Amino acid sequence: MRTDELIAVLARSEEAVMPHASQRRFAIALGWGAFGTTLLMAILLGVRPDLAEAVRLPMFWVKLAFPAALLAAALVAVLRLSCPGVRLGRVPAMVAAPMLAIWLLAAVVLLAAASGERDALILGHSWRSCPFTIALLSVPLFGAALWAMRGLAPTNLALAGAAAGLLAGAGGALIYALHCEEMAAPFIGTWYLLGMLIPAVLGALLGSRLLRW
Amino acid sequence: MSASEDRLRDLLVRGLAGDAPAYHACLKELSAYLRAFLRRRLVRLPDEVEDLVQETLLAIHIQRHTYDAGQPLTAWVHAIARYKLVDMLRRRAVREALHDPLDNESEVFAASDTEATEARRDLAGLLEQLPDRQRLPIVHMKLEGLSVTETARMTGMSESAVKVGVHRGLKALAAMIRRE
Repeated sequence: MRTDELIAVLARSEEAVMPHASQRRFAIALGWGAFGTTLLMAILLGVRPDLAEAVRLPMFWVKLAFPAALLAAALVAVLRLSCPGVRLGRVPAMVAAPMLAIWLLAAVVLLAAASGERDALILGHSWRSCPFTIALLSVPLFGAALWAMRGLAPTNLALAGAAAGLLAGAGGALIYALHCEEMAAPFIGTWYLLGMLIPAVLGALLGSRLLRW
Repeated sequence: MSASEDRLRDLLVRGLAGDAPAYHACLKELSAYLRAFLRRRLVRLPDEVEDLVQETLLAIHIQRHTYDAGQPLTAWVHAIARYKLVDMLRRRAVREALHDPLDNESEVFAASDTEATEARRDLAGLLEQLPDRQRLPIVHMKLEGLSVTETARMTGMSESAVKVGVHRGLKALAAMIRRE
């Protein structure tokens, strides 16, 4: 087939393209993904029993704000990385800022604590399970984000996969924060972050295989 | 350069809104820019140029929903052409054939080449390999120029199945090219 013939074939278009396709695709995917993650949390874990008292503590909101800020940054990142030729702009700073903020808070907490208490502030009582539970909860969002991206056109596949993974991890951590009773910044800055990075690294590894177009 | 950017963007935006002649003119002009852009970068693989022009045009068509009208068209087209070029070179493991740096996106509209050589890849032959529910809508609608309604009547498919068939068929065609 000659190129002119191909162009004629492609241009014999019958209908208009709906604008904002990538935003709509991610809205649908993340709706289902968030539903799946919430369902998984409800079945496996449930919210913490003292939630009503916990909401009065500032640290409870810090614990939600940290993954929420990363979720917002990852959302901007996936939208940009899904469309050819769109630059990342301030996205790297948006990803770095919440991490730096929680580490700063963790450093302040650790410096103020007596030396015997520091291990407990970092390890809490659930450090072994926390990262893996967050990664497990992120599975529905991870699948949904990759599905959305597969219908779009990422050109940096590893980075796009990592952003999809971070999005899923941050969503999983946000939901998990409603169950988990750890309240120390050093714990959040270590194990929550690790939990979010598991799907991000997995996304980077799978991206070049799953996101090709 | 910026004149062609503005004109092409206008044509594409009208094309995406359903203006088929504008879309045709846009693809036609883009193909000439792509040909020149790819020919400069495939000096050692001149036979690949026309196949890659076709593959990139197909990708532009399939991914046209990822273009945002507020975005420079140059950057969008360049990113797609570059992705398809690197993908092809990776497939052929001939990265050393890359002479020019790929990073200057303004170059994508720098030269235009309307002299198409013969494509080596047989798209019509690949089309034959598609299942009927994808092949027939493409043949009737796209090659013979029938409308959705006429195609639906001829094939006994529903109108939405015809539209889905065209869309999936073109995507399957692009996937076959990728696996070649």
